[in-house]
Amino acid sequence: MLENVVSVSPDTLAGEIAKTKYEGFRFVTMTCVELDADTAEVIYHFDRDFTLKNFRLKAAKNADIPSISHIFMAAFLAENEIQDMFHLKFKGLIIDFNRTLYFDDNAQTAPLCRYTVSQIKSPEPESIQNSGDV
Amino acid sequence: MQEAIQKTVQRTTIPFGPQHPVLPEPVHLKITVEDEIIKEVVPALGFVHRGLEKLIDIRDFHQMIQVVERVCGICSMIHAMCYVHGIEELMKIEVPPRAKYLRVIWSELHRIHSHLLWLGLFADSFGFESVFMQFWRIREKILNIDEATTGNRIIVSVNVVGGVRKDLSQDQMRWILDELDQIEQMTTQLESTLFEDYTVKKRTIGKGLLPSRQAVELGIVGPTLRASGVAQDMRQLGYAAFKELDFEPVTENNCDCWARCRVRYREVLQSIDLIRQAISKIPAGEINVKVKGRPQGEVITRVEQPRGELLYYIKANGSKNLDRLRIRTPTFANIPALFTMLPGMWLSDVPVIVLSIDPCISCTER
Repeated sequence: MLENVVSVSPDTLAGEIAKTKYEGFRFVTMTCVELDADTAEVIYHFDRDFTLKNFRLKAAKNADIPSISHIFMAAFLAENEIQDMFHLKFKGLIIDFNRTLYFDDNAQTAPLCRYTVSQIKSPEPESIQNSGDV
Repeated sequence: MQEAIQKTVQRTTIPFGPQHPVLPEPVHLKITVEDEIIKEVVPALGFVHRGLEKLIDIRDFHQMIQVVERVCGICSMIHAMCYVHGIEELMKIEVPPRAKYLRVIWSELHRIHSHLLWLGLFADSFGFESVFMQFWRIREKILNIDEATTGNRIIVSVNVVGGVRKDLSQDQMRWILDELDQIEQMTTQLESTLFEDYTVKKRTIGKGLLPSRQAVELGIVGPTLRASGVAQDMRQLGYAAFKELDFEPVTENNCDCWARCRVRYREVLQSIDLIRQAISKIPAGEINVKVKGRPQGEVITRVEQPRGELLYYIKANGSKNLDRLRIRTPTFANIPALFTMLPGMWLSDVPVIVLSIDPCISCTER
């Protein structure tokens, strides 16, 4: 079972993570779980001496989540992956692939979301709009 | 004059990969250099992404064993073992002791053939093709053992929820011990070539330095971490039958490519020892138990893959399909190491340094 879990909010996240780093934990990874059409849960996993400590953050899908990559640089890959797979947005990511870590620029799906898939129509490239013979 | 020369050195960005003779799998690095000295590196992924985690929607929790085995061929048995550990914990299944020992034997065989494969590829990366062939020749013996005992050479498919599906007879175990003696002898014969050769030392010592403090801060795992002097190995958790075996993590303190090579080489010999111990202590009895019901709850399981710590997060709701399966592979954790290892190095060192973390992009992208 999942043990040693602490609930955090977007406001308290950075403080808790910084404290965890100070206590000597290492970053293991982050897991995102879609809860319903509007909310998702991000679980942050840390390890010290083979004991895991987890932080659980519930977040609205359309709200920005503070990035922890400025505290644990290793988190940037996990955050970028969650951006790709769940279309959440991390604010302050040190290297932001902007949802192109795995996918092309024009990919509009969030493959691990069951409830919703945002389909945003890409703007037509200017060259096509302006050329009359297409 | 020197100042004037420095001012004329422009920064150039050079693409490395995704297709490169030294890379077995596709990863792309945008390398910024001044003259031939690396200043910055940015990795790019997405060339072999398969979305295997999504298959929980259409495959039940038993069928997912076959899926996770295909996350990575080289360590397929260990992926499946990590996954079934999680399901067994959720369903409160007590695995028979014999099955735990059999899991140790096959997982260590996988570690040996993965490390031998890497040692060959690493030798190839600095142009030592005869060593490459020698290590792969030894590796064939492990694949022969896999084939003889499971029916498959790479994806052995032995794990089931509740135990394992294959057993080893006394004759088979005796034969494995004989083969291991030969493998140990053939491997140690290559030690002096690999670690005392002038060219190998020149290409690996002092290259891709990763001090221990930075390695821990970056969340690095496996042989890459242990080569920086940190004794962390998930087998210390004591999963399967490891808690009953004599085991100390292999560490080196050089923090460079040479040390990473040395750790993997020594781990081949350590795995041989662990298999011998497991065979000498394996108890008689059942190899699996009947499984009833469906998993429910949340669990995290961790095991040691050849490349490092593997983590599975499983969330189940009592139905035959899981709610969420998250796989964090060691290469995913080790990619940030390149930010520290590469800057300051020569462009010609990139293949050796990148290969020193044993990147498995198939695992990373899943």
